[in-house]
Amino acid sequence: ACSNIRGVFLVFFFLERKLWNLPLLYDFQEELVIRPLHSGDIYASFQFRTVWETDFTRGNKVSHYRLFPKSLGQVISKFSVRELHISFTQGYWRTMQWGQPFQPAPPGAELWVWFQDSVTDVDSTWKELTNVLSGIFCASLNFIDSTNTVQPSASFKPLGIGNVTDHRFLRYATLPREIVCTENLTPWKKLLPCGSKAGLAVLLKSEKLFHSSFHSQAVHIRPMCQDWECKTTSWELRQTLNVVFDLHTSAQGKREWSLFKMFSRTLTEACPLASSSKIYIDITDNPEQFEVSPATPLLSQASVLGDRRTFSVYDLTQQITFGTVRSLNLLIRWKSSEGDMLRPLLHGERYVAGYGLQTGEIHTLMYNYHPYRSFPVLLLDSVPWYLRLYIHTLTVTSKGKDNKPSYIHYQPSKDRVRPHLLEMLVQLPPNSVTEVTVQFERALLKWTEYTPDPNHGFYVGSSVISSLVPSIVAMDTNSTRERPLFSSFFPCKEESSYFVRVYTEPLLVNLPTPDFSMPYNVICLTCTVVAVGYGSLYNLLTRSFQIEEPNPGLAKRIANVIRKMRGVPPL
Amino acid sequence: MKILTLWSLFSTYLLASSLNIENHAAQFFSSGHTNNWAVLVCTSRFWFNYRHVANTLSVYRSVKRLGIPDSHIVLMLADDMACNHRNPKPATVFSHKNMELNVYGDDVEVDYRGYEVTVENFLRVLTGRLPPSTPRSKRLLSDDRSNILIYLTGHGGNGFLKFQDSEEISNVELADAFEQMWQKRRYNELLFIIDTCQGASMYERFYSPNLMALASSQVGEDSLSHQPDLAIGVHLMDRYTFYLLEFLEDIHPASKTNMNDLFKVCPKSQCVSTPGHRTDLFLRDPGSVLITDFFGSVRKVEITMETINLTDPIEQVEQSPVNGELQKERNSYVDQLPVSEIIHQKPKQRDWHPPDGFILGLWTLILLVFFKTLAFQETAVGSKPPYRVQ
Repeated sequence: ACSNIRGVFLVFFFLERKLWNLPLLYDFQEELVIRPLHSGDIYASFQFRTVWETDFTRGNKVSHYRLFPKSLGQVISKFSVRELHISFTQGYWRTMQWGQPFQPAPPGAELWVWFQDSVTDVDSTWKELTNVLSGIFCASLNFIDSTNTVQPSASFKPLGIGNVTDHRFLRYATLPREIVCTENLTPWKKLLPCGSKAGLAVLLKSEKLFHSSFHSQAVHIRPMCQDWECKTTSWELRQTLNVVFDLHTSAQGKREWSLFKMFSRTLTEACPLASSSKIYIDITDNPEQFEVSPATPLLSQASVLGDRRTFSVYDLTQQITFGTVRSLNLLIRWKSSEGDMLRPLLHGERYVAGYGLQTGEIHTLMYNYHPYRSFPVLLLDSVPWYLRLYIHTLTVTSKGKDNKPSYIHYQPSKDRVRPHLLEMLVQLPPNSVTEVTVQFERALLKWTEYTPDPNHGFYVGSSVISSLVPSIVAMDTNSTRERPLFSSFFPCKEESSYFVRVYTEPLLVNLPTPDFSMPYNVICLTCTVVAVGYGSLYNLLTRSFQIEEPNPGLAKRIANVIRKMRGVPPL
Repeated sequence: MKILTLWSLFSTYLLASSLNIENHAAQFFSSGHTNNWAVLVCTSRFWFNYRHVANTLSVYRSVKRLGIPDSHIVLMLADDMACNHRNPKPATVFSHKNMELNVYGDDVEVDYRGYEVTVENFLRVLTGRLPPSTPRSKRLLSDDRSNILIYLTGHGGNGFLKFQDSEEISNVELADAFEQMWQKRRYNELLFIIDTCQGASMYERFYSPNLMALASSQVGEDSLSHQPDLAIGVHLMDRYTFYLLEFLEDIHPASKTNMNDLFKVCPKSQCVSTPGHRTDLFLRDPGSVLITDFFGSVRKVEITMETINLTDPIEQVEQSPVNGELQKERNSYVDQLPVSEIIHQKPKQRDWHPPDGFILGLWTLILLVFFKTLAFQETAVGSKPPYRVQ
């Protein structure tokens, strides 16, 4: 009841502002995109966007929050944050089987932040920010410190508006070991204006979401343009959740998906605070491949990720979408499993080669599947200090020949202080594999630096490959037109290419691990040797031996007593 | 005569009911606490210690159900069982076999997880000596009118509790931590429950007032686990906490059950070990202590007949965009991969630092050798054999 009243008030507020042609101060949109994948799996991507026209930076304290969550607003103003991107991912995105995701994310936790120019000590602000975020998201982000934070010099340009990009204000850190579970989803859901009570967030049930091949939830905060003139900025908060359900674990092998099968819920209403609430189903391969029911007349086309896709649109703000049963359960049934998937143009892989626990080699492979165009990629590698890289062994080869990068930035590591940072701009020739290899040596850690389960291994974060990939269709560069949310995540400046970020696998390396029971063994052995050896010697040297008469039996004792009485010497 | 008896009966009835009201009122305000906190710790890592996480989560669930909010609960789980890759049903932790009861639920907030659950962090949470940047959800912000419930589970021995297979906390350290809490006025009354092998040894050394302790087994005894689930493949709960959960499921926020019933939970016939308790440091009689004094968060309400005048609501001034400002420059999105800019990026000018220790030592050595050889040459050149004057 409470949210309904609030919703009614806000609807009047929106109408009043629209009447006077004022730009909306608050806006909340929610969207779900469902894309059936070629392997029979299904990819669902939720996006919730809150836009708020306010100025956190100007010093006047913002105190009245409506749709924008107060915890994040206070974080932005207290730590002078210009942009914040945090993601929690469980699983690894398989580019070759699933295509490109709408919002890429590496396994584990990833956090990158652009601070405002007014910040004087970026490192201490970064440390406080990670502690505060660990409390908000119930994650161990407080383990982010100088040993896993890097300052990229060319990657991770701001996704929001801004004129100056001084990389001194950028920090990037990743925790590949971070586990994602319901305790991270709970506070994420509480940041939404409608919570998990109405709208698309009703579908977010943890028992189904975590029983999937890939689950990634993220929060992106950035300033954006309010109108085409772009003189006023407003703050945009995007909460995204990408999940890929496996054909065999969630659908029992049948190529038939429905909202109930995926989320164990159906939709009954849109969030009353949302100005738009839509579901898009990717039907570009329709109608030969699969059918969707209930049918909808609304269609929409969008050029996203270099391809022109057609979508069926279900508008949840319209009552007729829910039909007579007042609930929406979309059904997607496959008819045939032929046809090709559009092959992604860029792909990355990484693995550790070598044997033994002393040395090894990291190989990063970058695949360019375009038949005739070559394009540049920016590779960012952050390797922890305990893998000592030998940069003189760095080789970059494409098609067997040496490929010299046009830009290399390398910052060597310092033991226990900072990790290695390697950034390279490499031109990938068409239809080729580029291999980057570097040898390393494993360091011996101090006894207290090992985790409680050191035999599991130590993780090395994913490499990030950022690139402008040439696209087949013309991309939309108009940033202020009403576009579906999934196509407006990365800003697009030219029509012939689109920006893509690919993450490789994280690595798991074994460091030489001592036997932790050895101190106990050594103490036991030494004490035993000392006790037996020295003790015996001491006894032999200091004790004197006397012959002791054995105790006589009872009969003998009585006989002795009688003899004593008689005055005769005893036996 | 009849009127007299009637009147006397009526007056005795009034007297009795007023005494009753006084009793009720006395009971209402007897405990002396105003807020409740809970610190629930599971100290074991690895999949086969699933039951310890299930123990802690079942106590968490009961405590939340009886009213303590997440902001007043510090939950520490040393490993993740729900989203563990060996869990056949992800995002669930079951306490009863055949997957009857999911104690993990859909609304759980874990404050310390994984490698953060260490002896140091546990003691810092108890004593409040945390680094200044620690968020509120990770702090125990109790005061001198707080009743705190502390629940520990894991593997233990005579006088110690093992944390994550790599370190231990001893009973002396724990007793000292509670004394620190008492001296800093961080609790009103404290209930300490421990479910480990030889758990009674952990409360032997307590010496601060207002502490009540329960353990699942005596010194020299092992606490046993309850039942395995064949689908999940591990033991799901420990016996003591299983019967404790059963007991707590019957408690609701208004129940009047007291601590003496809690001491009777899990007798030797069910638990195989002998649960123990210690009440000598507790000032009140355990029979007068309600279960909800520690496990629930019952709000005391005082009814008043006074009227309070509310001030007028503040008029919300709409923050319209300020148009009278100077013509701001046009902002634009940043180029994501400006290739030419990157290639021609100037290398950062690093600050000059004075030479490091090794270089300094090397240069000192070189200079020393240089001057020594110079001096040696001088003396060699300068010294001539003394000529004998003829």
